[in-house]
Amino acid sequence: MSELEIRPAETRNHTISFGPQHPAAHGVLRLILELDGEVVQRADPHVGLLHRGTEKLAETRTWVQSVPYMDRLDYVSMMVNEHAYCLAVERLLGIEVPLRAQYIRVMYDEITRIRNHLMNIGSHALDIGAMTLILYAFREREDLMDMYEAVSGARMHAAYYRPGGVYRDLPDAMPKYRESRFKNAAEVERLNSVRGSLLDFIEDFTERFPKYCDEYETLLSDNRIWKQRTVGIGVVSPEEALARGFTGVMLRGSGVEWDLRKKQPYAVYDRVQFDVPVGTAGDCYDRYLCRVEEMRQSNRIIRQCVEWLRKNPGPVIVDDHKVAPPKRVEMKSNMEALIHHFKLFSEGIHVPEGEVYAAVEHPKGEFAVYAVSDGANKPWRLKMRAPGYVHLSAMDAMARGHMLQDVVAIIGTMDVVFGEIDR
Amino acid sequence: MENILLPLENFFGQLWPLVWSIVKIVLILIPLFLGVAYMTYAERKIIGAMQVRIGPNRVGPFGLLQPIADTVKLLFKEVILPLRANKLLYILGPVLALGPALVAWAVVPFADGWVYADINAGLLFLLAVTSVEVYGIIISGWASNSKYAMLGAMRATAQMISYEVALSFALLAVLMTSSSLNLGDIVASQGQGIGRDMGLSFLSWNWLPLLPMFVVYIISGIAETNRSPFDTVEGESEIVAGHMIEYSGMAFALFFLGEYANMILVSAMTAVLFLGGWLSPVSFLPDGFFWFALKMSAMLWLFLWARATFPRFRYDHTMRLGWKVFIPVTLVWLFVLAVWMMTPLSLWK
Repeated sequence: MSELEIRPAETRNHTISFGPQHPAAHGVLRLILELDGEVVQRADPHVGLLHRGTEKLAETRTWVQSVPYMDRLDYVSMMVNEHAYCLAVERLLGIEVPLRAQYIRVMYDEITRIRNHLMNIGSHALDIGAMTLILYAFREREDLMDMYEAVSGARMHAAYYRPGGVYRDLPDAMPKYRESRFKNAAEVERLNSVRGSLLDFIEDFTERFPKYCDEYETLLSDNRIWKQRTVGIGVVSPEEALARGFTGVMLRGSGVEWDLRKKQPYAVYDRVQFDVPVGTAGDCYDRYLCRVEEMRQSNRIIRQCVEWLRKNPGPVIVDDHKVAPPKRVEMKSNMEALIHHFKLFSEGIHVPEGEVYAAVEHPKGEFAVYAVSDGANKPWRLKMRAPGYVHLSAMDAMARGHMLQDVVAIIGTMDVVFGEIDR
Repeated sequence: MENILLPLENFFGQLWPLVWSIVKIVLILIPLFLGVAYMTYAERKIIGAMQVRIGPNRVGPFGLLQPIADTVKLLFKEVILPLRANKLLYILGPVLALGPALVAWAVVPFADGWVYADINAGLLFLLAVTSVEVYGIIISGWASNSKYAMLGAMRATAQMISYEVALSFALLAVLMTSSSLNLGDIVASQGQGIGRDMGLSFLSWNWLPLLPMFVVYIISGIAETNRSPFDTVEGESEIVAGHMIEYSGMAFALFFLGEYANMILVSAMTAVLFLGGWLSPVSFLPDGFFWFALKMSAMLWLFLWARATFPRFRYDHTMRLGWKVFIPVTLVWLFVLAVWMMTPLSLWK
């Protein structure tokens, strides 16, 4: 009888492997998706493909030597990572950073925030299929990278913030373009006209930038397709966002007003004026709008910093040779300075025993460094809190029931960068 | 012309019609292939300009030899056959995708009398041939034996079939007003009317009286060719390249050729059906192939502009737009048009 019985065909969901070799994987995200047709039943993100052991490596390096590792965590917002690390070291040392250095740090934090959000909005739009935006975003990022290059010599991995301040003061002159096969005299003249001192260059950028933001919004904000793809996608309620440990735009997009720059001001964030945009619906569209507004607010902060920095010259790193190296000139004549220099670059800073948790408002959320020192010249334990890791863990909850194409939009809105997630 | 060909005709004797056909095919296909090649160049240059970048400029002056270099590269690359693929169908897929895109050109009138096959069922032939294309995509998606390819093929099937309905309804309107299936006659029928009498022929073309159909036709045409913003079939950021994911070398290039030949075809059809084909927009200028080429290029530019501007539709939104917006709109408009044609206010007598 059983052979004659007509059984319905067995239907099963199919599983696809999304990444790590995938254009929308934002690096090395490996996502196992269980699909019913095109509807996601389960999303299982895999991490660890970019694990470099930063935390362990830091245990065998002096405190200063770990600064460049911080750049390589979230390689889209380098200086903010450094800021968290330097704050941790400074709190353990109990030193006060010169005010000018704090203003420079705030200015560069906000430059970094714009860089990060440009990258995020650009790649989010690219994932959703609007490929023009990322090229517009990179046009502006070019100027921002020039700002990085002017202070640190590197366009990405700056290593500009140091425990006790910043590596050096802002330069009086920006590098200038020269005439070549690709740039004629008029073009070079136009490009160089804004390249006076670094502060002139930054000020010129802040004047241009709001117009650029308008351009992005023209392309996306009222575009019906963009809205269809983002409104109501990846909705997170405020309660759920809090319960899952969301921070940054992922939390503010859901309507929870939480910004460390306001709630636990560090550096000089209590001296500058800015607003914190908050969403209402908690979907991809609100988070996109929050990011655009945050860029405008960052622009506002940068302008205030430029104004202050123009008027107030001063030291940019503490005058304590146990922490910061002495001036090069002093070393030529002063024996003590030479010894300090040698000790600092061979043995490094000795940080008093203790533990500290230093958090900053990273463009992606709350980025923090938890450091334990046993009084030696290197950390006993260093732990980074990466906001992206927490956000990625909500992948399943956010993507379930959406379609395959929405998964891409959700990855975009999470702003995942695997440098920090895998550490 | 006749005198020049006469000795040749005598030389080939009974074979002449065959030889002459082949000559005509070559005369259509070579410019078409060149058109496809330089369409890719134009796309990269135009979109480059829209995206504040330069585009290809290394190979030859202004990068003009870039398409040739790309072709040579693709020709020399190995066509990889996946182990679990169905070999025969795997090869057949791209052939089926390209074939109909080329066959359809048989009935396209480039200028008055410049047509390979001046058949009376031209429009019907066109619809019949272009609907075969979807088989190429289904077959390649299925034969690749890959999940991504399968997803792409499923999307393509659904999308191309649904938009064909809206597309056909739009064509039906043209058919009603010109009361002919012959593409040459359709163009000729647009050359008369009130606008023409005023010396502004472009007001008599189908695009104005059939404006809703014109809009539906353009959008369905973009969807039918799977171009952005309806490129869910390729969806480079979610299903990577859809049905083409396993293909390499020339097999991949065939899909590309097919896609671009289709794009040019849809533009040519728009020019013929709605923009008066080879007719000049004003009566003091002569008609000719130039106008046809100009209208076609303008349409192609629209394709590129859309690609540089819009995000990609979600697959179900595409289907919703097709079934719940375009098909009802075209149906209602067909009815309105029919009533209009029966009243004394009819523009088509």
